[in-house]
Amino acid sequence: MAVTAAPKIVTSRLGHADSHTLKRYLASGGYEGLRKALAMTPEAVAHEVDTASLLGRGGAGFPAGRKWAMLRKAPVTYLVINGDESEPATFKDHLLLERDPHQLLEGVLIAAYALQVTQAFIYIRGEFALALERVQAALNDAYAAGAVGSDIFGSGFSVDVVVHPGAGAYICGEETALLESLEGKRGFPRIKPPFFPAAVGLYGEPTVVNNVETMSNLPWIVVNGGAAFAALGGGRSTGTRLFALAGHVNNPGVFELEMVKTTFSDLIHAPALGGGIPHGRALKAFIPGGVSAPWFGPDRIDLPLGQDEVAEAGSMLGSGSVVVMDDHTCAVRASWRITRFFARESCGQCTPCREGSGWLERIMRRIENGHGREADLGLLLDACDNISPGLDWPPQQTTICVLGPSIPSSIASAIEMFRDEFLVHIKEGGCPYG
Amino acid sequence: MTAAARTPVGGPRRAGDHAASAHLSADARARAREVIALYPHPRSALIPLCHLAQEEQGWLTPEAMVDIAGLLGVTPAEVLGTASFYDMLHTEPVGSHVVSVCTNIACLLNGAAELLEHAESSLGVNAGGTTADGSITLEESECLADCDRAPCVQVNHRFVGAQTPASFDRLVADLRAGARAQDIPDHGTLVRVRRTTGLQADSTTVAAERAAMAEAQAGRAAAAEAAKTAPEGVGGHP
Repeated sequence: MAVTAAPKIVTSRLGHADSHTLKRYLASGGYEGLRKALAMTPEAVAHEVDTASLLGRGGAGFPAGRKWAMLRKAPVTYLVINGDESEPATFKDHLLLERDPHQLLEGVLIAAYALQVTQAFIYIRGEFALALERVQAALNDAYAAGAVGSDIFGSGFSVDVVVHPGAGAYICGEETALLESLEGKRGFPRIKPPFFPAAVGLYGEPTVVNNVETMSNLPWIVVNGGAAFAALGGGRSTGTRLFALAGHVNNPGVFELEMVKTTFSDLIHAPALGGGIPHGRALKAFIPGGVSAPWFGPDRIDLPLGQDEVAEAGSMLGSGSVVVMDDHTCAVRASWRITRFFARESCGQCTPCREGSGWLERIMRRIENGHGREADLGLLLDACDNISPGLDWPPQQTTICVLGPSIPSSIASAIEMFRDEFLVHIKEGGCPYG
Repeated sequence: MTAAARTPVGGPRRAGDHAASAHLSADARARAREVIALYPHPRSALIPLCHLAQEEQGWLTPEAMVDIAGLLGVTPAEVLGTASFYDMLHTEPVGSHVVSVCTNIACLLNGAAELLEHAESSLGVNAGGTTADGSITLEESECLADCDRAPCVQVNHRFVGAQTPASFDRLVADLRAGARAQDIPDHGTLVRVRRTTGLQADSTTVAAERAAMAEAQAGRAAAAEAAKTAPEGVGGHP
């Protein structure tokens, strides 16, 4: 079954042209979740989120309830929303920020109440000019409506929300780099441990960092109950999730689907979803969860869209973005472009990532351009192994953050699947795809 | 491609090309103080203030960085040191329209490399360069998160939808003619919607709430002590 009858949890308003306005939001049950939450104890609200088993939608898939539970051990000071969506081919938070900013705000306010924080920051990727305007406008309207600020809806609870623009750096999606950036510094990830900002976060204070999509689920969870959310999906992957489909498909876009119930094949081929591959071509490979994820071949197409299911098959659902490559795609060129992205976005703190990404990019570029050498495939894998020994999945950590160790995954999987294609590039001195 | 081959045809303009004062205006400084007041620590306002300076001047001038440093109580070197990390903060002049062409994976699969090649020859500049008339700076960008409209193009960080070579040329002509001024302000103006209110939760409330919070949480911590489960460290891709 391609599309289940599961309710649309975060995309219910997107059919309306004015989905970003307070008027539309209030007309469709907006801020009812916040009103309901404010009538509950903070602990009861947190309990609903725990019951929902909501996995974080940013990429790591850590349970939001557990993240919050860590904070309940120490006084929480700040709530920070990660809206720095920059993982290549991921464009779901972009949609939520631009098209339903009040839903995000309501989620933020519910989380702020559950955690009893008095200041929250929404960090939005700088390149999202329209999203920054829409969220700021929504915030202004929410302040005017008494939904945010002092004594929200007469409940006695007060919280301020600040919209903070980024300025263009992929690494700021990493939560500790994001906090550095929010402190007005270069986006350098922080040394771990501590692994979680719950211990040492913004300005060294306990902080929770949650993704935009994660927050956008909260109004529905509070209104309908955590159990209703947990009843959707399967296994650890509860609820619905946004999947961003791009590349060689007839109908690219963002689709809200019940977790686990849909397969990659459905997502790519179903007429109501991806609509198949253009020009009647065949599938060559697909990337299941952002470019940090190892590639899959057509043999994995029947895997369900579930976090654990994809992990067991040797990759990750990550940020929920799926890139489809047809059989006319040059695997060398595609994996080279991904490598160049990492080389450009490496923050430069750690040697394996800073130097390794540059080496890999140059070797792959010369293979693609027809100047590859016999020994280059071995050299590539050797350099990959130096970045993350063993080339396992999940990759071994050698650096402060996971950017570096994610670099070899696409290369190693591309070489494993398309070794012949790399060899043709080297032996014939050029790209067979032109 | 070598560095020499990618020298912009138009050549970078220099700070001295601008006759007007490159310092922040009184209005910008007043707005800067409002922004600083939103944060518990002034330095957090560094990036927003850099955007503010770019809004006024199109790029981040050395004089503006000195002003920002003064407003935040840091050194100008710290402002430059932070600003130079970020792609959107330009420490050299750029055109009034920064045109970004994404060539990352989803766009690459949909003809982005060919579009960028066309843009370079049509504008007569390589990626990174500014046209001689100062109207267009062409950038090759990483993923801009608009992958269902590939190849993706932004002008001054506003999405203009998937472009073909022909539509790209029409877009550039429109930009030069000022036909898109309504929806695409000159470079530097990132957010046209200003915050209408300062912080509302006053410091007494905040202090009282934090004290109550600490008390409640101490209670919970004691209760949770028995069922103490140290979470394992997990990664997550950025």
